[in-house]
Amino acid sequence: MRAVSHIAVNVFRESVRDRVPYNLVLFAVLLIGSSYLLAQLTAGQDVKIIKDLGLAATSVFGLFIAVFIGIGLVSKEVERRSIYSLLSKPISRPQFITGKYAGLVLTLAVNVGVMTLAMYAVLGYMTWIESAEFKASWETPGADPALLKAMLLIFVELMLVTAIALFFSTFSSPILSAAMTFGLYVAGNFNADLRNFEQVVDSRAAAWLARGLYHVLPDLSSFDIKTQVVHGLPVSAGYVAGSVAYGALYIAALLLAATVIFSRRDFK
Amino acid sequence: MIRSLAAAVCLILAVTLQVWRDRAFPRADPGTQQLLYVRSPEALKRIALGFDALAADLYWIRAIQQYGGDRLDAGKARRYELLYPLLDLATALDPYFNIAYRFGAIFLSEAPPGGPGRPEHAVALLRKGIAAQPGKWQYYHDIAFVHYWSLRDPVAAAAWFRRAAAQPGAPNWLLPVAAAMLTQGSDRTSSRFLWQQMLSADQEWMRRRAEHALMQLDTLDQIDQLEAFIASVPRRPGEPYTWFSLARAGLRRVPEDPSGTPYELDPATGRVTVSRSSLLFPLPEPMDAKR
Repeated sequence: MRAVSHIAVNVFRESVRDRVPYNLVLFAVLLIGSSYLLAQLTAGQDVKIIKDLGLAATSVFGLFIAVFIGIGLVSKEVERRSIYSLLSKPISRPQFITGKYAGLVLTLAVNVGVMTLAMYAVLGYMTWIESAEFKASWETPGADPALLKAMLLIFVELMLVTAIALFFSTFSSPILSAAMTFGLYVAGNFNADLRNFEQVVDSRAAAWLARGLYHVLPDLSSFDIKTQVVHGLPVSAGYVAGSVAYGALYIAALLLAATVIFSRRDFK
Repeated sequence: MIRSLAAAVCLILAVTLQVWRDRAFPRADPGTQQLLYVRSPEALKRIALGFDALAADLYWIRAIQQYGGDRLDAGKARRYELLYPLLDLATALDPYFNIAYRFGAIFLSEAPPGGPGRPEHAVALLRKGIAAQPGKWQYYHDIAFVHYWSLRDPVAAAAWFRRAAAQPGAPNWLLPVAAAMLTQGSDRTSSRFLWQQMLSADQEWMRRRAEHALMQLDTLDQIDQLEAFIASVPRRPGEPYTWFSLARAGLRRVPEDPSGTPYELDPATGRVTVSRSSLLFPLPEPMDAKR
């Protein structure tokens, strides 16, 4: 456990050295700037759009961090040949993989946490300055606590994308890993179409294949509750818990598979 | 330090050059505002990759800009032609985008020059809203309103008002309005009542639209009074109707509509109309003056 936490802290430090936190400044500028501009452009929908923008930006920035850092977690160590010195220490390969993953998840957690605070700060300010009459037109309160549900599922989705990137990183080059991770991200968002494939094809075999792919590919669309939360539509705790549990199991499967592949790799 | 300064100087020179070039060689406006690259809502939903709500916001902003720009640009030949497709895309991407449906209901059905005068598009948009949220009484109310105000069909309007009244949380004034539609048709009292309800809407643009419509109804009343007065003034056969001749009969000054623009008088028929330069032009189709 100590070895895992050491590796994780080092991954986090490396991301700070790589100036990853700069994206937080960009996020803050984006939100604050747009909160001013949108008031002039959106016919009273600025708070809704700030929420949409905040949630989407958290997701996009997190996605780029998860993919572009995730794909280099293992391959960078191999390229630099620092893997030899690392594995010669009392660190097992599963510990190495788990530590790398935990470090990037820590980076993402800090990132998502700060973005959440920034979004609530902007929404809180807008709630404070607007008149009661104007606020009556909002579908949900400005700094709505329900947004945390969407943030939680975005974070779990990013954890899953990180696990995918790390999985590919254990056996593939960074460019190929990035392409495959983005490919899976896109496929994961179209997953709901595969579930209903039998409605558009007559072939039973094709329908079964699509149904199989639906279950095998990560169901990323299920983590998207942004629209519901912004409009104040009910999202049950059961659904959120079910999605978190699904994400956790899928991540566990990917990390185990990554560990198996990485354990068999020969670095001679 | 010198390099930083040189970089800043280069940037300033580039911007200066750009300003000079744009003035010296003006480029034709590519008309990007009139372009809609993707028209299929289903395709757009796929492309949005889970960022549907943000894409809907972008289309909403475009719809607002399109509407505002077309409203200001009186010389444009095909005005508001993208308003419906933009609102259709925004609501397809975000089916709960309440304000987009209601904005469409009000402005798609408005007659030119204030809108495209396409009430059937307003109804289609609202029906889409009902499909997404069948319990939303406001959408049924808005369809009723379009039937009543734009399509001049009080029977259909009454049916939609009754459906609105049957939805959860609907206000209790909807059923009496439905009954009034059937018994009195398109009278101004019902119109005035409906627009007065809209005055308490939570969106400022809806309140402004209601204020405008109420002023138009006041104008119709004033025109009735003026025409009744004109008819009562004796005149010689063939004598044209003029404000001057009416002033001799007791009219104190050239009457103005509620927006402050003088009314126009047809010298041949004595009919009073609002000026084309008035903010209230055009008035809604004639309604009977029963009050």
